[in-house]
Amino acid sequence: MSDPILELTGVHTDIAQYHILQGVDLVVPRGGVTMLLGRNGVGKTTTLRTIIGHWQAKSGSLRFDGADITTLPTPARARAGIGFVPEDMGIFSDLTVEENMILAAASGPLDQARLDWIFAAFPPLRTFWRSEAGNLSGGQKQMLSIARAMAEERQLYLIDEPTKGLAPAIISTMAGALRDLKNKGASILLVEQNFAVAKALGDTAAVMDDGRIIWAGRMAELAGDAALQERLMGLTMEAH
Amino acid sequence: MTNAAPDHAPKYAQLSLPDRIGKAMPLLLVPILVVLGFLSIGSPSSWLTLTVSGLAMGMMIFIMASGLTLVFGLMDVINFGHGAFISVGAYVGISVLLGLESWTGVPSLLLNVAAVLAAVIAAMCVTGALGWGFERVIVRPVYGAHLKQILVTVGGLIVIEQMIHVLWGPDEIYLTRPETLKGAVTFAGAAIEKYRLLAVVFGLALFVAMRLVLKRTKIGLIVRAGVQNGEMVEALGYRLRLVFIGVFIAGSALAGLGGVMWGLYQEVITAGMGEEMMILVFIVVIIGGLGSVEGAFIGALLVGLLQNYVAFLEPKLALISNIALMTAILMWRPQGMMPVVKAK
Amino acid sequence: MLTNLISGDRPRSLILTGLLLAILLGLALAPFLFPGVRSLETAARICIFIVLVASYDLLLGYSGIVSFAHTMFFGLGAYGVALASTHMGRGYDALVVGAVLGAIASALLALLIGLFSLRVRAIFFAMITLAVASAVAVLVSQLSGLTGGEDGLNYSIPRELTPAFKLGSLFGVSITGKILNYYLVFFASLALFLVLLRVVNSPFGRVLQAIRENDFRAEAIGYRVVFYRTLATCLSAAMAALAGSLFAIWLRYVGPDTTLSFEIMLDILLMVVIGGMGTMYGAVIGATIFVLAQNYLQNLMGVASGATEGLPLVPQLLDPDRWLLWLGVLFILSVYFFPTGIVGRLRSED
Repeated sequence: MSDPILELTGVHTDIAQYHILQGVDLVVPRGGVTMLLGRNGVGKTTTLRTIIGHWQAKSGSLRFDGADITTLPTPARARAGIGFVPEDMGIFSDLTVEENMILAAASGPLDQARLDWIFAAFPPLRTFWRSEAGNLSGGQKQMLSIARAMAEERQLYLIDEPTKGLAPAIISTMAGALRDLKNKGASILLVEQNFAVAKALGDTAAVMDDGRIIWAGRMAELAGDAALQERLMGLTMEAH
Repeated sequence: MTNAAPDHAPKYAQLSLPDRIGKAMPLLLVPILVVLGFLSIGSPSSWLTLTVSGLAMGMMIFIMASGLTLVFGLMDVINFGHGAFISVGAYVGISVLLGLESWTGVPSLLLNVAAVLAAVIAAMCVTGALGWGFERVIVRPVYGAHLKQILVTVGGLIVIEQMIHVLWGPDEIYLTRPETLKGAVTFAGAAIEKYRLLAVVFGLALFVAMRLVLKRTKIGLIVRAGVQNGEMVEALGYRLRLVFIGVFIAGSALAGLGGVMWGLYQEVITAGMGEEMMILVFIVVIIGGLGSVEGAFIGALLVGLLQNYVAFLEPKLALISNIALMTAILMWRPQGMMPVVKAK
Repeated sequence: MLTNLISGDRPRSLILTGLLLAILLGLALAPFLFPGVRSLETAARICIFIVLVASYDLLLGYSGIVSFAHTMFFGLGAYGVALASTHMGRGYDALVVGAVLGAIASALLALLIGLFSLRVRAIFFAMITLAVASAVAVLVSQLSGLTGGEDGLNYSIPRELTPAFKLGSLFGVSITGKILNYYLVFFASLALFLVLLRVVNSPFGRVLQAIRENDFRAEAIGYRVVFYRTLATCLSAAMAALAGSLFAIWLRYVGPDTTLSFEIMLDILLMVVIGGMGTMYGAVIGATIFVLAQNYLQNLMGVASGATEGLPLVPQLLDPDRWLLWLGVLFILSVYFFPTGIVGRLRSED
């Protein structure tokens, strides 16, 4: 844990005239799943978008894998090894599932072994391989969005609410895939509202409020301390 | 939890029948218009002549419009200066043709085609390079600001048009087509100009090629994906800016090609021709749906056919027939026929 | 009282105040300060273009909408007066009827275009106005039975407004109907400008500016963005038509080139940008400078072109017909480096 994969120091981000991130200090350790938690509107999505570069940090610094990426454009960050699954999934709906996957393999042709792994995790993608992605159901789109991130090896995955609005059965499929990804040695920064998933997957956790990280530590510690949850997020997550 | 097999049945969200008809409807408009034209014109030979020239005109407008609609789709950039590339292309291409009179004046298919090819290549190189410069100097400083974009690109249009006057003089230039492209062939009693036929074939080939590039190549996939959700394309590691510049250059070169073809079609070129064509190009891009190449293609054919039919039936109305078409289509689909689904 | 007249919208710059007062005085006393047919023409043109440009600024500067149909509305107003005077015969009633009908027709047409394009995307509006305006321009030159085609229309206006009417002389200047006509143009323009100033400083004008800054937010607060934008379009069109009517009364002639051409549209754009978008006073400064430059600089270019005859390309670049080239360059440069125009620059210096 001495050499984190990602480190944010004093990051401020503005969106138009709104000051959203107000000095985020965040350390994502190498390997394992880090949960980014907090109430709605505290800046979790903005944090992920600042890391991938869709918003530029106004001040502060971002280090990824030992290198400063604060001023790099988005494509360079992606090629450095950051995968991004946005909250709206970012599916290209006029393209087929296959075409979505081909694009996801940015550095070359799709690797058959990885593809088999992906099909094993998400069988519907094989079924609808040549269908327009826009016609998939919500759960299938979410599978595709994760599958796209899995199409190539990345060191760090930024995943924004992958279980939002999904049926329980699909949520467990999703959680299984993420665990798979983690077992392959990737680091994951995961925004998640579903506490059961967070508890099951999270190794470490960071809690945000008002554009800052207000607590960071082991997920198990947070999960086992209802009073702490109450204090950090204004509600016990068990109630979710 | 992790080993639970996905127990939901995979279900493909099928489109309902009316939805599918609605999606295909724009494709049916062209044949419907052709049939309507046949019914109202009466004479089959006149109808055939008009249909071919309508299709020829439509193909040329499509060639000019395709780049514009993609440029808009990719980067939300609306280039009012696009028409300048049409004029410049025509002037460069026609100058080459006039210089190669020894090739164009003889009835040799080989020499004629070689001359036209040389003209087209010269025009596309010059307008492509001009597009590259235009993007850097005029467009780049005003990304994300539509109002300034419109103003500045209009400024660019004026400057380029005036420079044509400076370099080629203030008067229009008349020309004649190469020998083998002159005259008409008679088919089913209808006289069909050879050049129009050629324009139709060429335009169709170009459309098919463009579709193949967009559907079958990775760069095509990036362009199509970028039109829908540019941010996500960048998050996957692609430098969309470079792709955009490439599309801008290609679109400018195509406008130049369209200019040469239009010049040969009209047998006269003026500095203001690009500006005049821009009106039709805009109508085509709007009714097709901003960002949609297929929509622009269908829109261009509709505009070309309608203009030719109406010009025959009621010459005075030809000019406003396109406005009427645009109005009708926007009443039916306010975003145009085949709008690109934007993620944002 | 004076503040009330300008709707509380002070120039907010000493130099600007001086310039505006100079222009106002210069125009008010033009027949006496600068006697001569040509300078009177120039002064009337300035008055009319101030209204035309100010009405365009209501769209471009205050609402953030780009239109290429402003000359179409200008032309509609002009043709309104021309047609009414042709068919109703010479008389003040023809002038009023023509102006009113022209303004109403313009507002209706603007409403129609606005309904089609503004509810989708503001950018549609720019393209659609361009298409419609060019179609109308061609239509006008085609329907020669009604509009006189390319030749345009000549018609009579009341005798008191023509040079043939003589009133005597004042300060050594003989007062003719032409001078009365000038004052009609001057006071009508002044009144229309003050109305526009009132509009942009009313709550309506502030909503427009809020929409321009952030239409999404304005919609969220509860303003019907499309409604406000469409209303602004109609108002601006009607004002442009009235300016056109004044132009028709002044010239006693309308034709496609003088009222409908795309070149005038570009002139308007340039005047707004140079003067300063989103400041009504910018229209005054922009129109004055531009019309003066147009009238006198073109001569200068002719001289320069003649003087450089031996050089390659330079004489062609300086040919008076290439006036537009330099305007285009100036236009691009002003949008980049001078986006707030002269008024914005003057205000920021104080």
